[in-house]
Amino acid sequence: MRSGGSISIWFFIGISLLVNGLLILGAGIYEVVRPPENPVVLFQVHANVWWGALLAVVGAIYCLRFAPSRDGAGG
Amino acid sequence: MTLTTVVIAGARLVRLAPVDLVIVVFYFVLVLAIGFYLKGRSNTGEDFFLAGREMTAWIAGLSFLSANLGALELMGWAAAAYQYGILAAHWYWIGAIPAMLFLGIVMMPFYYISKTHSVPGYLKLRFGESSRALSAISFAFMTVLMSGINMYSMALVMKVVLGWDINFSIWVSSITVAVYVTLGGLRSAIFNEVLQFILIWAGALLIPILGLVEVGGFRALQAQVARNASAEYTHLWSTLGSFSDNPMGIHWTGIVFGLGFVISFGYWTTDFLVVQRVLAAKDLRSAKMAPIIGAAFKMFVPFIVILPGLLALALLPMKLTGEGAAVASGGHSYNEVLPLMLARYCGPGLLGLGITALIAGFMSGMAGNVSAFSTVWTYDIYKALIKKNATDAHYVLMGRWSTVLGVLISIGTAYLVMQFLSIMDYVQALFSFFIAPLFGTVILGMLWKRATAAGGFWGLLAGTLSSVGMWAWVKVDPAALRYVALSSHARDMAENMYRGLWSWIICVVVTVVVSLMTKPKPDSELNGLVYGVTDIPAEAQVAIYQRPAFWAVAVAVVFIALNIIFW
Repeated sequence: MRSGGSISIWFFIGISLLVNGLLILGAGIYEVVRPPENPVVLFQVHANVWWGALLAVVGAIYCLRFAPSRDGAGG
Repeated sequence: MTLTTVVIAGARLVRLAPVDLVIVVFYFVLVLAIGFYLKGRSNTGEDFFLAGREMTAWIAGLSFLSANLGALELMGWAAAAYQYGILAAHWYWIGAIPAMLFLGIVMMPFYYISKTHSVPGYLKLRFGESSRALSAISFAFMTVLMSGINMYSMALVMKVVLGWDINFSIWVSSITVAVYVTLGGLRSAIFNEVLQFILIWAGALLIPILGLVEVGGFRALQAQVARNASAEYTHLWSTLGSFSDNPMGIHWTGIVFGLGFVISFGYWTTDFLVVQRVLAAKDLRSAKMAPIIGAAFKMFVPFIVILPGLLALALLPMKLTGEGAAVASGGHSYNEVLPLMLARYCGPGLLGLGITALIAGFMSGMAGNVSAFSTVWTYDIYKALIKKNATDAHYVLMGRWSTVLGVLISIGTAYLVMQFLSIMDYVQALFSFFIAPLFGTVILGMLWKRATAAGGFWGLLAGTLSSVGMWAWVKVDPAALRYVALSSHARDMAENMYRGLWSWIICVVVTVVVSLMTKPKPDSELNGLVYGVTDIPAEAQVAIYQRPAFWAVAVAVVFIALNIIFW
């Protein structure tokens, strides 16, 4: 949905996923370089790295697809 | 037990890293930004209370589901899954899917065509002012209590996981919700609910994925649950032949007729909290598709709610107990299942997203309650009973003020929510007081043109009073459980199911008897309100795969398959 020819809700969602994904990916990479003293269960699968990357990619796609400057973007 | 004792008893599970705090703060900034961005788009009553009726089916459908995906879902049902096993999934499948499909295909045309602002507003059109007043007042009462439950749950999570002060948590989230709903009305609530829906999945999905990796798959999970609790915990239907054969103490008749029919249909088809989202759809086809889209996603919510409860039963080294026992022993309660699993798997960043998912769930539930309360208060109580002929701008202003008032009352009720075995039992009791009889009144009103105004009012009143009466009877004399719930083995949830069923039957019987004794409205006054005297637009010009009925059948097939797989 667009709010009167302005920003789509999906653009806000893209921003949210992109920012959160980048933050989680960054934290995950930091943990790979400097493993914590008390790791979580299944630390070895580095969930924050791949999950953060996935969210960032999906968020970036939504940001581009529903950017306010794009004609016809809507939802 | 008081909130103070809970706070003192609990020790924090985790400490947030700076990156987690950034993620949580970013979420609050984003939802407030959306509220400020939309504040110029809520100047008329239609904008503020119905989001301009311009939502697509997808937005209305996700919002419809998200408004329900609050504390109740995330905390309560993960706790219920730990207590009762996979039986808790009945509240997502038979306890939701048939009713959501029925709303979309059968009931939505009447709500939408009548152009009502609310469910009590429909009752006004169909049965008159007295039925509307009764339903509006009981709904407003239930809504602020529900909102209080949300706040209590949210504060509990913040206390358990982060050690945050309970008052700080309540006030920060409440003020945020009050700001964005007051500024942007239902449009802002819906925007944020869709955002919250995505964040809930993004933050909660890793728990079942990593849990299944750790336990070694679903078969291994079943085996471990059988060792730690009982094999009955992983069967949906096979243990429901007797009250004493399953952890919930319920018979299949209670699940099918009490939950699957009365409670579920009552909630999903007449609770204005969820129906309001669908009324905001841009056209009738979108309004019919929205509950079907919601149902499709609803079927998979157990993956992020029920499965973590079962995984906790299999994997957590400690035994979780009721709230009272947890306080006494210094241990953890059922309601802490989800935070405990979050702390188990989520490191910096992911933990922040998981906490944000929980906060988002609580806030979407709270915003749903507050926006629905604001609409019912303004249109069905204030406008109907206090000030009839004010300007549209006056009612929008009242809507904004009642949003703030609703938040303040909810904060007060948050401190009353500690009486039941688990949060969900309490909510179920509330549902059966008001929702089950209301469903009886609405469904007769829509499908039976002979139902009269007097029949509708007295049926609704009798059903509601009988429900409260049965609840009080069992409280005063626990032995009465054998009559209300058909078995002395019945637990709280089973009692709620049967109480809902009886109150619905009483409502229907009284409505029918009184209607047959009173004069009905002529057909000309029922156009747009009742089946058989309403012209519903045909969909012949639309391709079959674009028709709501096609997708309703597809969802129904998956629903049946899931029940067979987990039988």
